Amino acid sequence: MRLVLAVAAALVLAPVAAACPNAADLEGELICPTCKTTLDQSDAPAARRIKSLIRQRVAECASEQQIKDELVAQFGPAVLAAPPRQGFHWLAWILPLAGLLAAALVVSLLVWRWSRVRTADAAAESNGRLPLDPEVERRLDQELARFDG
Amino acid sequence: MTGRLKGAAQVLALALVAGLLALLVWKVATQEEGAAPKLGRGETPPAPAFRLDRLDQPGKLSLASYRGRPVVLNFWASWCVPCKEEAPLLESVWRRYRERGLVVLGVDINDLRGDARRFARQNKMSYPLVYDGPGNTTTTYGLTGVPETFFVARSGKLVCERLQAGVHLEGNKDRFQECVEEVLGA
Repeated sequence: MRLVLAVAAALVLAPVAAACPNAADLEGELICPTCKTTLDQSDAPAARRIKSLIRQRVAECASEQQIKDELVAQFGPAVLAAPPRQGFHWLAWILPLAGLLAAALVVSLLVWRWSRVRTADAAAESNGRLPLDPEVERRLDQELARFDG
Repeated sequence: MTGRLKGAAQVLALALVAGLLALLVWKVATQEEGAAPKLGRGETPPAPAFRLDRLDQPGKLSLASYRGRPVVLNFWASWCVPCKEEAPLLESVWRRYRERGLVVLGVDINDLRGDARRFARQNKMSYPLVYDGPGNTTTTYGLTGVPETFFVARSGKLVCERLQAGVHLEGNKDRFQECVEEVLGA
């Protein structure tokens, strides 16, 4: 009977426990307003107070978003280590990715062009159509004439 | 065609670099220096304006609303130990000189609102208090920490000097009194 009750309690409480955020994760995602590093790297008095508030709110099982919203309301959006994925802030997420994609595209194009030129050169060489330097050609003719003679 | 494309790409790349460079120059050129360094050079810059939430009552308060009155502007935070130690002196100056028009205005920076209210209650701070959680005034005033105290003349200009560390400290106490007298007379 006890076992059944324990399992039932675990099943009921499990989703609640899962919904509670992790204080350590949050401390890595929020910035100390005085030292401008993430909270987990700071021991400044302001950071200690915010960490304490986070632990208190986590114990109350407030959601990660709720905690972040409360801190943004007090310290402004600069308290977030990463810009929120909304409105104008999307630019901060999109621009680096767009830049990387553009750079990858340019490099791919250049590599493709270089490989094409090299293939064309190799083909021209194998067909014997590569133009010789006139001086070399003249000396080659002289040498061949000597053998023939 | 390939030559023209190459030329266009080069122009585009150059324009991009020039644009970024111009942005950097503009940012550096327009970056406002905080008021404190100017005060340190003997200038009397206008006190940077602000309009912030009140801590001691609902609503907002702007520094401009005290134009015509001398203001002792004190930056503090609840997590700052010297702020607690200097609070009684600021309170006594407020009580002593308010009849002569002096205002002591406390600006709480980089702090939790609840902590700040508790701190003000515990330290019996009855002078006006505003809340600057994001700490925007730290940049405009050029603060290096808390506590720091400025003196705003009736004209709205910063006078005397910026006092770093607690005004109750031996090294600051006399100068604080001199600055209070100066701002009352200015």
